[in-house]
Amino acid sequence: MFTVIGERINTTLKKVQAAVADRDDAYIKDDVKKQTEAGATYIDVNAGARIGHEEADMRWLLKVVQEATDLPLCLDSPDPAILEMAYGMVDKTPMVNSISLEKERFDAMIPFLKGKECKIIALCMDDSGMPKSFEDIVARAKSIVQELENIGMKREDIFIDPLIQPMSVDSQNGMMVMKAVKTIMTEIEGVHTTGGLSNISYGLPQRKIINRNFLVMMMAHGFDAAIMDPLDKDIMAVLRTSEMLKGEDNFCMNYLKAVRAGNIKA
Amino acid sequence: MSDLKTITETLLTGDGEKVAELTQAALDAGVSAKDILDQALIAGMDIVGARMESGEMFIPEVLMSAQAMGGAVEILKPLLSEEDSAGVGKVVLGTVKGDLHDIGKNLVSMMLESAGFEVINMGVDVDPDAFIKAIKDNDADILALSALLTTTMPMMAQTIKSVEESGLRDKIKILVGGAPVNQSYADEIGADGYAPDAGSASKLAKSLMA
Repeated sequence: MFTVIGERINTTLKKVQAAVADRDDAYIKDDVKKQTEAGATYIDVNAGARIGHEEADMRWLLKVVQEATDLPLCLDSPDPAILEMAYGMVDKTPMVNSISLEKERFDAMIPFLKGKECKIIALCMDDSGMPKSFEDIVARAKSIVQELENIGMKREDIFIDPLIQPMSVDSQNGMMVMKAVKTIMTEIEGVHTTGGLSNISYGLPQRKIINRNFLVMMMAHGFDAAIMDPLDKDIMAVLRTSEMLKGEDNFCMNYLKAVRAGNIKA
Repeated sequence: MSDLKTITETLLTGDGEKVAELTQAALDAGVSAKDILDQALIAGMDIVGARMESGEMFIPEVLMSAQAMGGAVEILKPLLSEEDSAGVGKVVLGTVKGDLHDIGKNLVSMMLESAGFEVINMGVDVDPDAFIKAIKDNDADILALSALLTTTMPMMAQTIKSVEESGLRDKIKILVGGAPVNQSYADEIGADGYAPDAGSASKLAKSLMA
């Protein structure tokens, strides 16, 4: 099953930030319920945008979000102290967003992750910056998986983010990441791949068309999770259809269910 | 004059080969390198910047035009005096400490260069002290800071504070940009300007030099 990490509860989004500032729990709950109904697998919660308020905002959001859904959460913060607090507040095994090979971030995150049960998003970023080639992405993925396994994390709990870069600045960026995903999924058996899909269309018009087509192509290369908007009906329709075409939908049942619910329409 | 206009129009299509050909032809016809640079190429990139800002042109097209300009500048370079190529101003540019994003910053760098600025691109994850050293070493006019994360935005404020403490603040204009940054944040941290895209960044930089 494809993992949909619902990206909407993020304080960098203006409406969410306003709702958090006003402690408007009805707005947050309504959004979370909609994401849950639309097929999200995790609800990402990011409280980082109001500088100086992250801890209080995260605390409040975790309480409100969990009142609205039974889904597990994706705890989105670079600060291990915030994550430690958040980890203690969640009912279900969470996903943590994220660790990378950047030395400072890596060293801060490892003590937090050690001995904890959670899923982890691991970015293929190191101190030299964004990866520059397909080999670069794969090498970074292998090294971060190795490091996480060394502290006892299970491979199936690791979600590698190869870092999707825009087509607008280099027309080989799509193939670079697709090749990397395919190699990671075959050579690091059992690991997952994820990422921010919409980065691909930055700087180009009609972005949603690009995002949808890219999702299909990525899924064909083994991509099995994405940080995305589950309320975007069109991309969810594309996702369910691709899953079916990949043979991951027995008797096409999910596809048919989505059609009957009016969510897939030619 | 019509030669220059044709070069500008061709630059807008992004056809580098043709731009190089026309540049050589203009030189052969006796047009000065300086005039070709200012009135055809930089003028053309100003139009590109404006079209990018208005959403008529997209990043790949802007890159093609910039590349076409780069090819033509290579032809002109040996013919430009030091004074001619001194440019409209010097910009020290980089992504702040703790942040490794470089795409937006590189687009801005490219547009500034195309607008005639000399750009000292410091790369990513740049320490405030490194910015200050570069400003001093190059006697820069503008400092352009990029941050793509809400977690690294405060580093912009800190960098500006370091510039103030170094006593250089009065000598330099500071521009900020990046996805989470906006005008009100720029005002709050005491920057001189904010630009939402590379096209408006070069326009803003020019206006600050005026």
